[in-house]
Amino acid sequence: MLNKAGRDIPLVIPGLSEVKLYNGPFAANPTGRIVGPKITVNKPRSEKVLKSIEQAIEATGLKSGMTISFHHHFRNGDYVLNMVVEAIARKGIKDLTLAASSLTSTHDAIIPYIEQGVITAIETSGGRGKLGELFTSGKFLKKPVLIRSHGGRARAIESGELTIDVAFIGAPACDTYGNINGIEGKSACGSMGYAMCDAAYADQVVAITDHLVPHPLYPISIPQTNVDFIVAVEAIGDPKGIASGALRISKDPKELIIAEYAASVIEYSGYFKNDYSLQLGSGGASLAAAQFIKEKMIAQGIVGSFGVGGITAPFIEMLDQGLFKTLFDVQDFDIPSIDSLRNNPNHLEMSASYYANPHNRGPIVNKLDVVILSATEVDIDFNVNVITNSNGVIMGASGGHCDTAAGAGLSIVVAPLLRGRLPMVLDRVHTIVTPGETVDVIVTERGVAVNPKRKDVIENLKDANIPLMSIEELQQIAYDLTGKPESIPVTDEIVGVVEYRDGTILDIIRKPV
Amino acid sequence: MEKLRRAMMFVPGNNPGMLQNAGIYKADTVIFDVEDSVLVSEKDAARQLVHNAIKAIKYPCEVAVRINHITTPYGKDDLAVILPAKPDMIRLPKAETAEEIRMIDDIISEAEAKNDFPHGSIKMMAAIETAKGLMKAYEICSASPRMVALAIGAEDFLADLKTTRSSHGAELFGARSQLILAARAAGVQAIDTVFSNINDEEGFIAETMRIKEMGFDGKSVINPRQIKLLYKIFTPSDKEIDLAERVLAAYQDAKTRNSGVIALNGKMIDVPVVTRAERVIAYATALGLRKGANSNA
Repeated sequence: MLNKAGRDIPLVIPGLSEVKLYNGPFAANPTGRIVGPKITVNKPRSEKVLKSIEQAIEATGLKSGMTISFHHHFRNGDYVLNMVVEAIARKGIKDLTLAASSLTSTHDAIIPYIEQGVITAIETSGGRGKLGELFTSGKFLKKPVLIRSHGGRARAIESGELTIDVAFIGAPACDTYGNINGIEGKSACGSMGYAMCDAAYADQVVAITDHLVPHPLYPISIPQTNVDFIVAVEAIGDPKGIASGALRISKDPKELIIAEYAASVIEYSGYFKNDYSLQLGSGGASLAAAQFIKEKMIAQGIVGSFGVGGITAPFIEMLDQGLFKTLFDVQDFDIPSIDSLRNNPNHLEMSASYYANPHNRGPIVNKLDVVILSATEVDIDFNVNVITNSNGVIMGASGGHCDTAAGAGLSIVVAPLLRGRLPMVLDRVHTIVTPGETVDVIVTERGVAVNPKRKDVIENLKDANIPLMSIEELQQIAYDLTGKPESIPVTDEIVGVVEYRDGTILDIIRKPV
Repeated sequence: MEKLRRAMMFVPGNNPGMLQNAGIYKADTVIFDVEDSVLVSEKDAARQLVHNAIKAIKYPCEVAVRINHITTPYGKDDLAVILPAKPDMIRLPKAETAEEIRMIDDIISEAEAKNDFPHGSIKMMAAIETAKGLMKAYEICSASPRMVALAIGAEDFLADLKTTRSSHGAELFGARSQLILAARAAGVQAIDTVFSNINDEEGFIAETMRIKEMGFDGKSVINPRQIKLLYKIFTPSDKEIDLAERVLAAYQDAKTRNSGVIALNGKMIDVPVVTRAERVIAYATALGLRKGANSNA
């Protein structure tokens, strides 16, 4: 049956108890109550610190068929997920659902355990590398991979759609009674935003740390009241993979052009004034745009109210220079951002739910004026795909893409018009992650297209000295150079389900032929 | 106003990705190179690629091709393959004599006739890269009506001079001065050499300011990032535009009054000042810096 995004969604999907069709970005009217973890008791002077991960697995009572969760703040430097899954496999536990907030290529190491049936279902933000290929193959997993945005995952946890039996939380600093923060220790990752939801709602919570300190640890990101057990290990991650040094501004001339156009779009959009708020993506063009935006803010004496998101060094510079008053931080990408969270009281840590959950009383994305997002491909209806590549293989993650696009007053998508010989403005994106009705402007190196429903923005951008055109004209420029690509042939087998942030089904991913 | 050639950007002729994107950086001219950036073993492939790029892609700027020297085994083949695609301009490297220019002119005329292109539609420019070439610079510029610009290629030139490039540029001062005299005497544009250290923005800016002061019309660039820096220097400031407008107004006023004396703020203005003001206004208009003008910035 066709959903509001025009996608044909089967009414029965393996592994889903109910198929709710996407019916528009704000159509869902949730009912019921927020769920909670099991009630538990902790007797005075009881010991939470255990000797090994194996012992913690036993203590939690983890059994075959349960759901385990992890957070992805350690990005490509994460050791925790692989370490825990390996220990679980050794214990002979099978048939688990892995609900990691995201997966990176370092998690290719769990492929053998998927093949052996230790993990048979996955609910996450996306997949890269060999893991993405495995998801797309449809092999080994009992049901399609369920793709959720960061806000959608927080919502699913709070609504009880995602029940976590045991959350394993990599803790850069943890005291002996379970208070955790992400800003101390050799594996500091900064914000613990994604883990906060897991810790608050999982039935059992295990902190795994390489920096165990005496009680009490302060500041506290995840409190002792959420944590059942603690295990100290030698290393929970590779600091080099967790956070890069200050990212250099792109020198790619094509990215710089896109960045310049994106900055001009913001400048003339009507949103560029005192107390505006901004989110930047972590892609090259988006970071480069920060530099141009900064120059424009200084030149025009504009001071923004807050910055949001995954936080990177350009944002820290703007905070330090007084160009933004506050930062809301769900994840950090580099060392300057981690240092700032540690030292600057105006740099605030937030949970994934505070960030983007559409079904709480006010995520910060709802107060966002402008967001710059990247894209793998877009289409003439402004739909965005960030998850499957030009062969239909899963190679990216949903992240906060659809959350911020829906919440922001102005959502700008930056992407090259051509990647090699492939056009990036298609008739239909292969997979919709962010519906076009929440996307306002598409910026490429050869032209800028505004969603026709944003007549105000089109009018405002007429003075911006950028190559403004319709999305069809933009597509034609690409097609003139590359020809029209054929659509990717797929089988009937569903290997992935893209859930919109409100829990409805936005799209499905079928196994390519 | 004559065609602006502030930034003439070299693009290796054997790189499909760069050829595809060459038009997006707002260079006044892109120069597809089949000479120094292409290995001998790839010359034939590069000229085919450049031919197809020119035919298939609509570039929003002037398209030139730097051919191999006409006396090498590749120069004539380059022209044979590339001219039917109708580039806007052919650039000859290492020019030393007027005969070379005339030889190419003849080949272009023949190709224009054969392909039904209007006679004279394909322009030429040459680069001086030897002391011998510099001695003949005026003759080279004047050898064909197709000639629109003369450039200096510093690396080869300084090797020929038995010196190397410095940050202050004293070693090139004489050659640049002589080149600009020859170009101006022949009525063609003067284009400065490339600045190869693309990460040295300060050095690039200093050199560009220097050559602009000397009177050069533009500069060869090898990276799109240099274009914006260059345009900042070659763009008249608001103050310059304002002054130029007032000079021209004073000139108009003098003409209306049939007076031979032009005065602005009590000072006499000479005709060359008016000419310079006209040039500033023409630039500003071409760059869209004045109302009612199309942008070429």
